[in-house]
Amino acid sequence: MNKKKNRVKLDISDKIIRVFGYIFVTIYALACVFPFLLILGTSFSTEAIVRIEGVQLFPAEFTTFAYEMILKGGTIWGSYAVTIIMTASGTALGLSIIAMTGYALQRKDFPYRNIISFYIYFTSLFSAGLVPYYLLMTQTYKLKDSYLAVFLPLLMTPWLIILMKNFVKAIPHEMTESGKIDGAGDFKIFISIILPMLKPALATIGLFLALGYWNEWYQSSLFLSSRVTYKPLQYNLYEVINKIQSLKNSIAAQYITLDDMPTETLKMATAMMSTGPIIFLYPFIQKYFIGGITIGAVKG
Amino acid sequence: MKTIANKLDRSSVITRKKRGFFRNIVRHKTLLFMCTPAILFFFAFSYMPLPGIYVAFVKYNYRGGIFGSKFVGFDNFKFLYTSGKLFDLTRNTILYNLAFIILGNLVAVFMAILLNELRAKYFKKVSQTMMFLPYFISHVLVGLLVYNLLNYDYGFVNSVLTNLGLERWGPYSNAKVWPVLIVLIQLWKDTGYSSIVYFAAIMNVDSEIIESARVDGANGFQKIRYIILPSLKPTVIILLLFAMGGIVRGNFGLFYNIIGTNPMLYRTTDIIETYVYRATMTDFNFSTASAVGFYQSIIGFAMVMICNYVVKKIEPDYSLF
Repeated sequence: MNKKKNRVKLDISDKIIRVFGYIFVTIYALACVFPFLLILGTSFSTEAIVRIEGVQLFPAEFTTFAYEMILKGGTIWGSYAVTIIMTASGTALGLSIIAMTGYALQRKDFPYRNIISFYIYFTSLFSAGLVPYYLLMTQTYKLKDSYLAVFLPLLMTPWLIILMKNFVKAIPHEMTESGKIDGAGDFKIFISIILPMLKPALATIGLFLALGYWNEWYQSSLFLSSRVTYKPLQYNLYEVINKIQSLKNSIAAQYITLDDMPTETLKMATAMMSTGPIIFLYPFIQKYFIGGITIGAVKG
Repeated sequence: MKTIANKLDRSSVITRKKRGFFRNIVRHKTLLFMCTPAILFFFAFSYMPLPGIYVAFVKYNYRGGIFGSKFVGFDNFKFLYTSGKLFDLTRNTILYNLAFIILGNLVAVFMAILLNELRAKYFKKVSQTMMFLPYFISHVLVGLLVYNLLNYDYGFVNSVLTNLGLERWGPYSNAKVWPVLIVLIQLWKDTGYSSIVYFAAIMNVDSEIIESARVDGANGFQKIRYIILPSLKPTVIILLLFAMGGIVRGNFGLFYNIIGTNPMLYRTTDIIETYVYRATMTDFNFSTASAVGFYQSIIGFAMVMICNYVVKKIEPDYSLF
């Protein structure tokens, strides 16, 4: 009742804004999805029709040929295995380290917290650049063609640790105090009192980490040469798009000449398979991202 | 910090003064231990490369390695400077970033305000989900999406053009159009994400203020102009300033996956990161590449410091350090 009374009548300006809003947001949202539909449609088309008519929103001739070729003999399963193992273990390991560090650095009675925070933060202010990093990884650490060269650098970023610190800040220091009074050690306090309260933080930061691993192609492009058979998914996609030989390797195509190979539709099908899991998952995980962004956005 | 410690444990402060450093370490061994993996991580991957900056001052050869190659002082920089390369790269990087920052924030604010005006809950949710989609995909896929739309032979745009009886359009051999295209692509990828920040800020505006403005007869435009926009001002300023701190740091993945190694387009699309990457990975010209990288690190560092200083002046709570 009260609410209705307070409601102000809409005047013409509101209606204009609203109508404009619906139209504009609809167009923009469709523009966000459209390129994906183009890939989806083309991946189910025959190569012949793509070469004549161009990419297909609705395939004029429907076929699952490209998918069959990829699934039958290629490297995609190996790529899936590499990416899934890295994503799962990297997220778990990175998240544990970030959570521990974030908590310790937020403890007011920890005398080294400022200096360690600065030590970590400084790395995002000043970096040696690509060449020293590349030479260190390949010559000193000897990580050329090693999955570790891809796995390790993605474990954490200064920004994610700061984000974790901001989440921890919201937990009152009294929680730690009460643990101390009960005689628990710092690690026990962290595990049994703090960690359960950090669930939203773990979800958000875990998603950022997982997304980083799933979408990783950069470290792979630096350190994984053709001697590595199974590349992470996105770098596999990169090679399929950019190197015709990799495209050939990605399918069991010993008997097909390059001319007969359905290059375009194969690229699209590989793209769909590399991105598919994220696209299907993301409506469910979106809300965690939104929570994380709004907390971490300004102080990042 | 000390006063808090004082309150917590007065006696330990006294002993700490006497026994000092080691006592402190033992006392906080668990917390230190919890930080150790991160400390080692940043040491191994961020601090260990720092001495290698020296490679920018030598004429690198494989046999000698970084520290066994001939020292040439600033020769690597001199070459980059006199050839105009450094200027071109810096200009491209900064101009693109300026466009990303200014247009990106404008579009994000615009979108957040529109989303806030919409009332249909389901529509709002679905459209927001759709707008968020580009944020979740890798730049590799972005490169393919763009190629699908624009390539000369099979591209969607050209299919439409030929169906309309118009001539085909070949942006992949036309350097002029890319500044516009790349900015559009970047907006497409990140607006869903960045508008969320502003959307959240709008949600924090006290609804009573808006209600009372409406009662006083403010119309929809006036509400946006005099209440919502001013309420976003601090967020906008802070985000802009932080973004300015990164103005010489390019978005490598975006550029490299869209342009790749297409020399016809370098004039308008080569940024510091793409140049360094090619010089390193394709030409193995480590000295030149690291000279550019070092130059970028120095400028980047200065920019962050300046911007943080300004933030501190305006809003001390938000400053980074």
